[in-house]
Amino acid sequence: MVKAGLIAAGLLLSSMNAQAASQTLDKMKSTGAVTMGVRESSIPMSYTTGDSRFDGYHVEICRMILGDIKDKLGMNTLRINYQPVTSQNRVPLVQNGTVDIECGTTTNNTARAKDVGFANTLYVEEVRIAVKANSGIKSIADLNGKKVATTTGTTSVQLLRKHERANGVNFDEVFGKDHADSFLLLESGRADAFVMDGSILAGNIANSKNPKDYKIVGEVLSTEPIAIMVRKDDPEFKAAVNAAIAKIVANGNMPKLWNKWFLSPIPPKNIVVGLELSPATKNAWANLNDKPAEDYNKK
Amino acid sequence: MDLGIFCKGTLDQEPVEHCFSALFALGKNPDPSYLDWLMKAWGWTLAVAVLGLFLALILGAVMGTLRTLPPENKLNRFLVRFSTAWVELFRNIPILVQVFLWYHVVPAFIPVLKSFPSYLLVSIALGFFTSARIAEQVRAGIQSLPSGQKSAATALGLTTFQSYRYVILPMALRIVIPPLTSESMNLIKNSSVAFAVSVPELTLFAMQAQEETSHGVEIYLAVTLLYALSAFAVNRVMAYIEKRSRIPGFIVANSEAAAH
Repeated sequence: MVKAGLIAAGLLLSSMNAQAASQTLDKMKSTGAVTMGVRESSIPMSYTTGDSRFDGYHVEICRMILGDIKDKLGMNTLRINYQPVTSQNRVPLVQNGTVDIECGTTTNNTARAKDVGFANTLYVEEVRIAVKANSGIKSIADLNGKKVATTTGTTSVQLLRKHERANGVNFDEVFGKDHADSFLLLESGRADAFVMDGSILAGNIANSKNPKDYKIVGEVLSTEPIAIMVRKDDPEFKAAVNAAIAKIVANGNMPKLWNKWFLSPIPPKNIVVGLELSPATKNAWANLNDKPAEDYNKK
Repeated sequence: MDLGIFCKGTLDQEPVEHCFSALFALGKNPDPSYLDWLMKAWGWTLAVAVLGLFLALILGAVMGTLRTLPPENKLNRFLVRFSTAWVELFRNIPILVQVFLWYHVVPAFIPVLKSFPSYLLVSIALGFFTSARIAEQVRAGIQSLPSGQKSAATALGLTTFQSYRYVILPMALRIVIPPLTSESMNLIKNSSVAFAVSVPELTLFAMQAQEETSHGVEIYLAVTLLYALSAFAVNRVMAYIEKRSRIPGFIVANSEAAAH
């Protein structure tokens, strides 16, 4: 009698556990839909191709992941709703459940890991400096007395501040509301340099009126794992995402995806970003992990 | 809630020795705390708002007055049309768009503006935007005066300029102080658009510090408090002016509530 009660209690508990474990998977099953957080202008990671359609390296990977999860849940169709997010609202939107899976350009760091969960890294970003080709700026030391643009609400601001203090290079910071604004600051001469993730710089340059007028110069200021963001309190969903990622990597898709988004013409304007695969990213594919940026920059 | 975040350094997020060291050396402290940064941001908000308010009050009073000129000669008719165009232009474009226009577009045509710092351009944008609204209030104030006052001034042999200077404006400007109070408070709040063109003011601080520290609740509470405090201070100053400029027996004379 006691034993049966225990088993019943155990069953009840385990079924409750299953219910509490993954709100996201349950939500996908019951509504047949999932909300993907995307960026408007983070070419080629995640961007709009017009008419509220979104595409990009991370967006395509996320579609593959969601397709895999759909199959696992035994669903026939899964509707993907796209929700544009910004640097400022992406973490709150994942926390409050508006966005189920964020496929933008979010750095995995310990501060954010307190609020959200991160899937295994598939892209390692290097923070670089973009300047006008004729500016004569070649490294961070040349930035002395110059105006340096970066985007409000990104980690690059902090990075810049630390470098400024550490190396005694004095520059004025100017802040763009978003990446397009920051690039406009560089384009209109309001800033002499734009410090940001290499892919964003390459994307904005490729998309500009005269791509030849700009170049990416200087040392790598920081190495940061960019990861797909999921809810923190849903380890089961995160495990499903990571399993799908492992499958994509094992199938040898990653070099093809890199080639497609970073080295070939991409829609809507058939521009070429032209960012070579870095050893850091290659390493992340070979050794899948969700280490935060702090672990990457330990010396 | 962890208000200790304000005593942490902005470089490494470690607690700093003096939580609020930079009061008398703003910007010179090599390792400022978030509180130092917050105060500096507040300073920028006030600087932009006060500059804008100065512009708005002067331009608003002038444009509002011009709109009420009697159409007796060509110059007057031109001035009425000019001030009407001014008001319609600046009150029909959203403030955020105006800020971008002043920062990115206008300097492309007037190169000298390129050397203007962004806070000055934002102040101009805020000042012009608000001047259009103040002009309408001043116009309403002037037109609400009994027509007998104008007639009496003319009967005394005063010129148009003199009747405005000695009769109409002293009365009308007193009447419009309450709506001017709201407009001045609005300007403090509207100054938050300055973040969009990289003025390091409170809103920019809030977005950046929130991102760096993940302490959004504390930071937005502090910023909200400072905005509310600034706007309320303006309210009190205007209430004081309203009280001191009151003439016993005229219009607002016997309403004690007018100042609140």
